[in-house]
Amino acid sequence: MGGGAGGCGDDSSDDMSVELGDEPHVLAVDDNLIDRKLVEKLLKNSSCKVTTAENALRVLNYLGLGNETLEGTVSKVNLIITDYCMPGMTGYELLKKIKESSLLKEVPVVIMSFENIPTRISQCLEEGAKMFMLKPSKQSDVVQLKWHLMK
Amino acid sequence: MDLVQLQRQLVDYKTSLYNEGFLDEQFTQLQELQDENNPDFVVEVVSLFFEDSERLLNELTKALEQQSVDFKRVDAHVHQLKGSSSSIGAQRVQKVCIAFRNYCEEQNIEGCVKCLQQVRHEYSLVKTKLESMFQLQQQILSAGGSIPM
Repeated sequence: MGGGAGGCGDDSSDDMSVELGDEPHVLAVDDNLIDRKLVEKLLKNSSCKVTTAENALRVLNYLGLGNETLEGTVSKVNLIITDYCMPGMTGYELLKKIKESSLLKEVPVVIMSFENIPTRISQCLEEGAKMFMLKPSKQSDVVQLKWHLMK
Repeated sequence: MDLVQLQRQLVDYKTSLYNEGFLDEQFTQLQELQDENNPDFVVEVVSLFFEDSERLLNELTKALEQQSVDFKRVDAHVHQLKGSSSSIGAQRVQKVCIAFRNYCEEQNIEGCVKCLQQVRHEYSLVKTKLESMFQLQQQILSAGGSIPM
């Protein structure tokens, strides 16, 4: 599992943090190392606990949906944010798998992509994605994302 | 050189990088993400970008030297490079990547080789510039000053 699960209990960002009791745990999936680091920082700056992964398969295992679920590693996840274009399983396919699972279909999923393709966007939204974000990711996107989480 | 002069030099240098298209707004976003908890965030991410880009450029060189070029593979690497350069705001590198991908789609090997040269060139330019900028920043910090934004 990719690193970056550091708790951010002490770095309460001033304007971004909303009282939730527990910090939301976000799972961020992207095959690009720089993008993972960027999204992780954006989320941490918004008082989220972040776990990163480099591909969809690892995510499925982490969530208990894969073939190799490790015992005791299924943690509560409040949001999944995934890149669309990934080798192997795309973000869209991951979204479908999550929405098909009775265990996880309530977890909001956000898709990110460099490419602004309207058909792609509506396809993801129709499949149940909460939001579609254009990369490169910015702080304002994460603020919007958090708002979605609060609803 | 005194602190104020150094700071002014940094501001001018940064401005020129934006004006010449080496950096774009995304780099500003990166800087805004940096805070006391992560004072080296920008340097870290940029260093990652350097490492990753060098790896990708080597892979691209190898892939284009093959007898029978696997354009899908080449495209996958360029896609990665385009992504990373876009995420840190290395605008000129990103632009070349866009052209590069078009050549991949056309399976135009000459075009690809030309783009690889261009991308290497742009990459080494932006690397040099960013390293100079970081050096300036370090000088300012060592002199007890703060980085003007």
